Amino acid sequence: MERSRREFLKIAGASAAIGLGARPVIEAVAAATGHQAAPEAQVAHHPEALKATRWGMVVDTRKIESAEQIEKMVEACHQEHNVPMLEEERHRIKWIWETHFHNAFPSQSTDRVSEHLEHILLPVMCNHCENPPCVRACPTKATFKRESDGIVMMDFHRCIGCRFCMAACPYGSRSFNFRDPQPFIKEVNLKYPRRMKGVVEKCNFCEERLALGQMPACVEASKGAIVFGDLTDPDSEVRHVLRENFTIRRKQNLGTEPCVYYIV
Amino acid sequence: MNDKGKIVTGLVIFAAVVTFPFWYNLGKAAPPPEVVLTEKAKAAGECVLPKEEIRAEHMQLLDVWRDTQVRDGQTVYINAKGKAYTMSLSNTCLDCHSNYKDFCDRCHVYASVDPYCFDCHIDNPKEGE
Repeated sequence: MERSRREFLKIAGASAAIGLGARPVIEAVAAATGHQAAPEAQVAHHPEALKATRWGMVVDTRKIESAEQIEKMVEACHQEHNVPMLEEERHRIKWIWETHFHNAFPSQSTDRVSEHLEHILLPVMCNHCENPPCVRACPTKATFKRESDGIVMMDFHRCIGCRFCMAACPYGSRSFNFRDPQPFIKEVNLKYPRRMKGVVEKCNFCEERLALGQMPACVEASKGAIVFGDLTDPDSEVRHVLRENFTIRRKQNLGTEPCVYYIV
Repeated sequence: MNDKGKIVTGLVIFAAVVTFPFWYNLGKAAPPPEVVLTEKAKAAGECVLPKEEIRAEHMQLLDVWRDTQVRDGQTVYINAKGKAYTMSLSNTCLDCHSNYKDFCDRCHVYASVDPYCFDCHIDNPKEGE
């Protein structure tokens, strides 16, 4: 089939004109048949949600009289978050647990600490660091620092179980589900999801409770031994307590800037 | 050399084998799944989105909910009608549709999809299997 250059250009020009003219026609037809965009849905915070620029915690160890008191906090937390109770130590999942002074503060402890420090037990958990090393280590952004309130969070959906975060955390705050945790949950709290095998988990500062206007479970169970609030607000209770007392933070020299303070 | 006969026979057999599932199942279409609504869902009368949309797009909605809830800490979803819902699979969706076997599974099994949402979001669905 022979075609002159003139004929070819004519056809090309006509096709381009049809193509350009079609769009408004299609849009007009779509609008006439009711395919316009639906009104947008919106998302919002819960009206009673507690908000802060930087959540922080002060643990007053002077008010912790017995191991049972810490046990109650642990139980409240683990019950709230469906944390399994595994018998074997190396499989155990811990969001908050009790430890001795020389374990929690190895660089502040000496060979001859005071009798008080030698005997006390401290509750320890994720420190929700200002510079969280776990967040830098995570390859999938499953763990991230929420910019709005500084909570270092886990998105269990995204965790691939590589455990880089566990190696990066200097506080041992993260636990890995080596086994399917579900058969080991004593009482399932259906309000909070559970986890699968192969996922890392840790304390989330009760982010799900703050979103509903409640204080963290351990704070409620501590009977005043833990104060929780906004570190950036000079009038908050945590700032008052921090102004009035000498406090220490775990492994301060690492530069992670923990948001959990201890009065010892 | 003329293998025309062999080639044609081979092609006919090949076509028959490839199309076997189609004519074998001809006229025996599996009935479309029917979901059972709980009393609570019936009483509510409407879902978060209109029926057709939620049927076709609930997975996209849940994906948005998951990211908004987990990563931004926002918990309330206000739909186009202005009605507010808590963005939660466990506490909102599965509160009304508490009959996992007769609701979620009906379509998921029919469409041969196996979402792992339910591994963590309802009370041990695997028990009933």
